[in-house]
Amino acid sequence: MNAQTGPAAEPPTHGRHAAPSTTEDRPTDRAPRDDARRGAPDAEARAARSDRARAEARLGWYLAGPAFVVMLAVTLYPILQAVYDSLFNYKLTAPDDRSFVGLNNYVVILTDPVWWQALWVTLLITVITVAIELVLGFALALVMHRAIKRLRGLLRTAILVPYGIITVVSAFAWFYAFDITSGYVNHWFDWVPGIGPDLNWFAQQGTSLVVIIASEVWKTTPFISLLLLAGLAQVPGDLEEAAKVDGATAWQRFARVIVPNMKAAILVAVLFRALDAFRIFDNVFIMTNGANGTEVLSLLAYRTSIGQLQIGMGSAISVLLFLCVVLICFVAIKLFKVDLAGARGEK
Amino acid sequence: MRRRTRALAVLVAAGLVAPLAACGPGDDGTPVLTWYINPDNGGQADIAASCTDAADGAYRIETQLLPRDAASQREQLARRLAAKDSSIDIMSLDPVFIAEFAEADFLAPVPDDVADATTKDVVQGAIDASSWKDELVAIPFWANTQLLWYRSSVAEAAGLDMSKPVTWEQIMQAAQDQDKLLAVQGAKAESLTVWINALVEGAGGHIIDNPEAPADEVELGLDTDAGRAAAQIIGDIGTSGVGGAGLPSEDEPASLTVFQGDRGSFMVNWPFVWSSTQGAVEAGSLDQSLLDDIGWALYPQTVEGSDARPPYGGISLGIGAFGKHTDLAYEAAQCIVSPDNQAEYFVTNGNPAASIEAYEDPDVQKAFPMYDVIRDSLDQAAPRPQTPFYNEVSTGLQQTWYPPADVNPDSTPPASTEFITAVLQGERLL
Repeated sequence: MNAQTGPAAEPPTHGRHAAPSTTEDRPTDRAPRDDARRGAPDAEARAARSDRARAEARLGWYLAGPAFVVMLAVTLYPILQAVYDSLFNYKLTAPDDRSFVGLNNYVVILTDPVWWQALWVTLLITVITVAIELVLGFALALVMHRAIKRLRGLLRTAILVPYGIITVVSAFAWFYAFDITSGYVNHWFDWVPGIGPDLNWFAQQGTSLVVIIASEVWKTTPFISLLLLAGLAQVPGDLEEAAKVDGATAWQRFARVIVPNMKAAILVAVLFRALDAFRIFDNVFIMTNGANGTEVLSLLAYRTSIGQLQIGMGSAISVLLFLCVVLICFVAIKLFKVDLAGARGEK
Repeated sequence: MRRRTRALAVLVAAGLVAPLAACGPGDDGTPVLTWYINPDNGGQADIAASCTDAADGAYRIETQLLPRDAASQREQLARRLAAKDSSIDIMSLDPVFIAEFAEADFLAPVPDDVADATTKDVVQGAIDASSWKDELVAIPFWANTQLLWYRSSVAEAAGLDMSKPVTWEQIMQAAQDQDKLLAVQGAKAESLTVWINALVEGAGGHIIDNPEAPADEVELGLDTDAGRAAAQIIGDIGTSGVGGAGLPSEDEPASLTVFQGDRGSFMVNWPFVWSSTQGAVEAGSLDQSLLDDIGWALYPQTVEGSDARPPYGGISLGIGAFGKHTDLAYEAAQCIVSPDNQAEYFVTNGNPAASIEAYEDPDVQKAFPMYDVIRDSLDQAAPRPQTPFYNEVSTGLQQTWYPPADVNPDSTPPASTEFITAVLQGERLL
């Protein structure tokens, strides 16, 4: 989508880049200087380029248009339908009793402890998994990035395998590993204090969440490490070399050179993972089905609209879930200034 | 290269079109009836084939598999029926959803002659479960009930006379004294509702006093002596540890594993456990001595001296209201539920027949030596509440009567009554 709004389509935006305050931006002044050098022939090139730019923009629409229309049909339409349905008291098996209740469904949901409990559990899972995955993912990305050529393919495949497994399948695998009647975890780890043959992992909130979070981390860390690997690949090697020559330690190179240079990639990875983690469903559905205070928002929406066929109430929950996701996006993009284009190396 | 591309295109096209062909009538113009079946050991597919043969070209029955658990079966069928799916001719329905489907007009009305023919010599529990507002709305197919299974060695050591009815109190005590585990279904699932209902009914109460009422007028019968008696038993089993650490996640197969283990004593469970244990012994994974040690009796009494009301389950056949051949579908349903087919299904798949006649079949009596107890249990069985809001009631019970260790006779019945009433009136989320 950025192809239409980027520099190519709107040449005037170049002006902003061309006038930096040269004294402050020492580390990044390479780019402005390039622009300045190109400044002279810019005026005559602009006319010629705008034709091409326009053609490119049109081609962009031709290529992205069909997908855009499909996206509208499969996302915008259902969202609007859900907003409309959420204003009714409507049960699928009693369509004749449908009645308009205005915002009453939202009032019921927002005054109900079930909603707040599910929101709290969802946020808890989101924050913990993203934090663990960011650390682990970074480590794995560094390993993949630094591995010697011959090992690289094998290593990347090995790290990516969990991500290729269907979530339901991995949830079942973890469930059966920890299950009290069929699992092996209690036998293998009975030397750990607190773990023994009588520990039922899925009988209380804490231990259930530990297994749910562990399976989520195992499954999706490869995703975050892939995004971070892409970011690592963008860090110019000469910067690092220069730091090395200047006598920076490995930690200094990591904290002062690598991380600042891939900040955009890190923020994008965190945003994508947070949005994904916030919509967690499969693991909880398979392992506890919401028992013992492990219910998450997606499961609540599912049970209400699919399980009880309460289309009105379920739609209201879905709309609220959608608003939460929008809020996360908004906070990330506005407050943390996540730059989606920057992460793709378009600047 | 190009030829291969073209061949691939033909294949893809065929793959896209082939499923569509299944929707229309057969190649020879025979009407095709689609029967949505619950997963079993292939018995329903066999019956479909033999009834297709017997129909002699009048119709052909094809089976479609539904999800494994009853709740997902209901979800799929209800969604499709709400969209007036005409491809649903015959459905294997769990009895708890029959009221909801009938109230929503998802089921084609049963013709009088079919109703008469299919309720003759059928256990009463099955007829009750297939009716809504005193009218038959589905055809009884097979009927299930839970028995009390026991290890003779444990019962003997406890000095229990298993030929007479026993109480929950007695089996709890017996298991506890010998440091054994009582196998019951404490998981947060439908099986918990099955247990609660059997206990409440066994004490002479009902979960719902007026099951035919609209949502805002439903009255629950939990905050009564019967409800308290049920809560007492579940709470005692939960807190005393006699259910084992696995109790809060124990479903029917898990119960069987506990019962077969070294600490097995008593278990309430469906008859599939018999064929399952037999199969495990034949395969060599269990000892013959275990099979010899297993005994069976009627479901334990909630209150000493008053008859137990064992759980009722099974499958009835519903005919989709939007199918193109409802008359043929009823014809086919009658063929499916013939006593011979029920007996055959009982023997091969371990699912007890609804027809009393089927229990006279020598093959049934040989494969299930406890056939008479099953038949008696079915006569005494009490169905779960037949209400269009069953899903809300059942899920509400599972929220409030869980985990078993937290069930308290003084607080759980009033709390669950209040919660389920609020849910039914749309004031609370489930």
